[in-house]
Amino acid sequence: MSTDLPLIGDFSTAGPVLTGARVGVVTFPGTLDDRDAARAVRLAGGEPVALWHAETDGGAALSSLDAVIIPGGFSYGDYLRAGAISRFAPLMDAIIAAAGGRDGSGSGLPVLGICNGFQILTEAHLLPGSMIKNDHLKFICRDQALRVENNATAWTRDFGTGEEITVPLKNQDGQYVADEHTLDELEGEGRVVFRYVGWNPNGSRRDIAGISNAAGNVVGLMPHPEHAVEAGFGPDSDHGMRMGTDGLGVFTSVLASIAGETK
Amino acid sequence: MTDQTSRQATATFNIDTVEHAAQTPDTELPWAELGLKQNEFEEIVRILGRRPTAAELAMYSVMWSEHCSYKSSKVHLRQFGEKVTEEMKKDLMVGIGENAGVTDLGDGWAVTFKIESHNSPSYVEPFQGAATGIGGIVRDIISMGARPVAVMDPLRFGAIDHPDTARVMHGAVAGIGSYGNSLGLPNIGGEMVFDPIYQGNPLVNALAVGVLRHEDLRLANASGVGNKVVLFGARTGGDGIGGASVLASESFDDAKPSKRPAVQVGDPFAEKVLIECCLELFKDSLVEGIQDLGAAGISCATSELASNGEGGMNVELTSVLLRDPTLTPGEILMSESQERMMAVVTPGNVEAFEAVMAKWDVEYSWLGEVTDDNRLTITWNGEVIVDVDPRTVAHDGPVYDRPYHRPSYQDALVADTFRSAVDAGRVPALPGTGDELRAAVLELMSSPNLADVSWVTRQYDHFVQGNTAMAAPDDAGVVRVDEETGMGVAVSTDCNSRYTYLDPYAGAQLALAESYRNVATAGAVPKAVSDCLNFGSPEDPEVMWQFAEAIRGLADACQQMGVPVTGGNVSLYNQTGSTPIHPTPVVATLGQFDDVSRRTPSGFHRDADGQAVYLMGVTRDELDGSEFARLRDHLGGVPPQVDLATEKLLGELLINASRDGMIDAAHDLSEGGLAAALSEMVLRFGVGARVSLDEVMQRDGVDAFTALFSESQSRAIVAVPRTEEVRFKDMTTARGFPVARIGVVDAASGALEVQDQFVLPIEELRERWAATLPEYFG
Repeated sequence: MSTDLPLIGDFSTAGPVLTGARVGVVTFPGTLDDRDAARAVRLAGGEPVALWHAETDGGAALSSLDAVIIPGGFSYGDYLRAGAISRFAPLMDAIIAAAGGRDGSGSGLPVLGICNGFQILTEAHLLPGSMIKNDHLKFICRDQALRVENNATAWTRDFGTGEEITVPLKNQDGQYVADEHTLDELEGEGRVVFRYVGWNPNGSRRDIAGISNAAGNVVGLMPHPEHAVEAGFGPDSDHGMRMGTDGLGVFTSVLASIAGETK
Repeated sequence: MTDQTSRQATATFNIDTVEHAAQTPDTELPWAELGLKQNEFEEIVRILGRRPTAAELAMYSVMWSEHCSYKSSKVHLRQFGEKVTEEMKKDLMVGIGENAGVTDLGDGWAVTFKIESHNSPSYVEPFQGAATGIGGIVRDIISMGARPVAVMDPLRFGAIDHPDTARVMHGAVAGIGSYGNSLGLPNIGGEMVFDPIYQGNPLVNALAVGVLRHEDLRLANASGVGNKVVLFGARTGGDGIGGASVLASESFDDAKPSKRPAVQVGDPFAEKVLIECCLELFKDSLVEGIQDLGAAGISCATSELASNGEGGMNVELTSVLLRDPTLTPGEILMSESQERMMAVVTPGNVEAFEAVMAKWDVEYSWLGEVTDDNRLTITWNGEVIVDVDPRTVAHDGPVYDRPYHRPSYQDALVADTFRSAVDAGRVPALPGTGDELRAAVLELMSSPNLADVSWVTRQYDHFVQGNTAMAAPDDAGVVRVDEETGMGVAVSTDCNSRYTYLDPYAGAQLALAESYRNVATAGAVPKAVSDCLNFGSPEDPEVMWQFAEAIRGLADACQQMGVPVTGGNVSLYNQTGSTPIHPTPVVATLGQFDDVSRRTPSGFHRDADGQAVYLMGVTRDELDGSEFARLRDHLGGVPPQVDLATEKLLGELLINASRDGMIDAAHDLSEGGLAAALSEMVLRFGVGARVSLDEVMQRDGVDAFTALFSESQSRAIVAVPRTEEVRFKDMTTARGFPVARIGVVDAASGALEVQDQFVLPIEELRERWAATLPEYFG
């Protein structure tokens, strides 16, 4: 990485690119984990590309990209409902279209929403349900165990189904809720992608930590895989203090999906 | 985006102009209500050659306050500058006096850090008080041209079981979390102390760290005649005005809101946007000088920028964008509304500056320009309401060498040692048997000051930015600065105010010793110090003695340890009624790693199974002021012996051992002594150890109780791989540093075993340790 990268938030400088895949990372006012998501893409072997929320020609901006990540943070301070303002950003219309539309029928651009990104995807109706305040009413930051329930999505194919991983979780409004019919549908169609294991940290229905759209190209999850990609800076693991890198699989998965498609 | 030329509607005021002031010398002014003393008011009149206008009076009163002028502390704080060697200044790029000190890290990198207090607001309104404490210190960091990369928060509350403690604790922790988390700043550590002495005056201190490239360094000065002065960020409102309300008499309009919050209200989203916006301004070199608005708001920013630059500035106050159009000029000058910055921009950069504001949707207004006439001139619709030499406002405030004397109670306090209290039966018999010692360890580890603080730290994001290599509960917080080389910094804040109460000189030195030791234990080379000096009223000669002694002790210790004080903050008048807090000089030490991957964890990991456990340093009978004494409600005697040469040597050994891969875990001994350190090391990763006290007891002539609970300084526990033991012992022997091999890491045991004394299963220990905070706070 270029040395000025951590200082000024410009992560568009190319790094060691293995796949040639270009992954957009969206920044809204109040986005916090954009540089972290970009770092994760780079460490997985892809090329991160900065996307600005106010981009008016979103179609053109997305046309050269192979996937998009909407990272975590507190866009617009979460002062309304988390994600409720961001979803109206000009760029979001282009992302919704590129992802295959709200009916989830298309098999379009892989899109990952992490934490605030997940909240934005539900507000944008690319994913069903909604996020409300944690049941214990506090912000919570911890190393969280998850089970990968479905490895058939663009963002999970490098995991085994049933595989347990540990990645950081940090949120205030992380309680996933939806009506029973929707929850049954998600379960029935295998669209529950990640589930909390051991302890449900926010009261989410059916321990749901992440879900996908019907086509599996759009995935949203509350925990932060981009914070478990580099030994020494992730969660504690069997390998030592902060040595966990279980999150890297999310990013290698999408690069593999992209490479697979272009073959 | 706002058209900055559009003037908002302002109320009609009977404006007290300079001309009017000159014509009406006998007008009564509320200087006493604004906190000025008669001699101070007379000095203002002497400086101006006339009575001040209402706006001038507002400016002088806030800038000459204790908080802004350091009038009682200045004569003592000088020592931090005087007791500095050339060697200590080697890496110091910016020292005391700017918004925050800056230290060179090499390769074009620099780090800035500072600690500040927000005590009083956090008692009145804990959530907003603590939140804006974070906001203020972060803006100091941005003002230096740096990207903020971490925060820490040393907290001191009243008794854990007092009904009001939960109010303050819940609010302060939530406020810090809410603000820091929303800014995307990892919270990497701090302190948590409960003591009745802080019941009516909790201490909420906040530290921020920022990193910058050398070329991005910015200072608070208004240079370049003709350059434009701009205020940007949040609008100016009526919050945090406090005493300025007495100036409301200058208003015609009686319908204005009479009660305004004295505590500022934070908007972390506005601040996050402000950070990114400022960094973009720095990147494109669009500002010449910059200053955040904190205490004393526009009064402070204009007078400091002007006096640090070419010397003059013209400002039109009606250009300030307001949240509340009924604010008077004096209130606008004093308002402490948050999330505001003032900058100086060349005319050629105005357009580019405005483009950055537009991109981030940040409001701004051009207030005036830099002059070279050595006057700060502030107008209201063109009428001059302030015409002062800015230096007289910002730098030439009153200086008091306040009387001080050793407290009358000090001799009796020092004579009342823990052992004498035990002998006299004022403290119950000490634990002696293995079962009694086991129970005492459990009692210690579940006591409020040593119990698990994850109830707090779980509410803080420590992952964001992806550079956190260590955070609470480890000895220091560590963040990577350079992603290519792994170079980074470690920070720890410490103060044991019980020690400082017993002996302020030694106590302040011990605060430095502990934070220095924590940083070295993590493996970093200590480089710089910032301090937050929390004391009672300087008008009490006994408190002033504590202050003078603590400063002298800290300055002497910094000189001996070779670490310069780069900045900090003084907070006086901390007391409940007439009872002052214990002197609490919180010391933050910053250290540097060549590569943060060399950081040493503070506990035994499974990979350390079978490694040798060494206790470094000597154990003496030092229980005065200890955590064990606290458990028995005793406070008297003298604090542990200070030996800074030994402390420095211990640091060197720990750093070398970490660099050369001789140790896999290290933890310093402080509050709670060996008992607490061993407990914390087995709790960290749930991996047990078997130790024997025999060698230490024999060598140092102490009993098992003293070996476990004494708080002798300059000690640490390390885990040494079998293959490294010879090298480790050679190194410590060569340097003449005493070490004792006290045991081994024993993963299979699942317990802390002190041979011949007791076995304590980790799960039992954890259950007690983790239960305390949730029991009181839910």
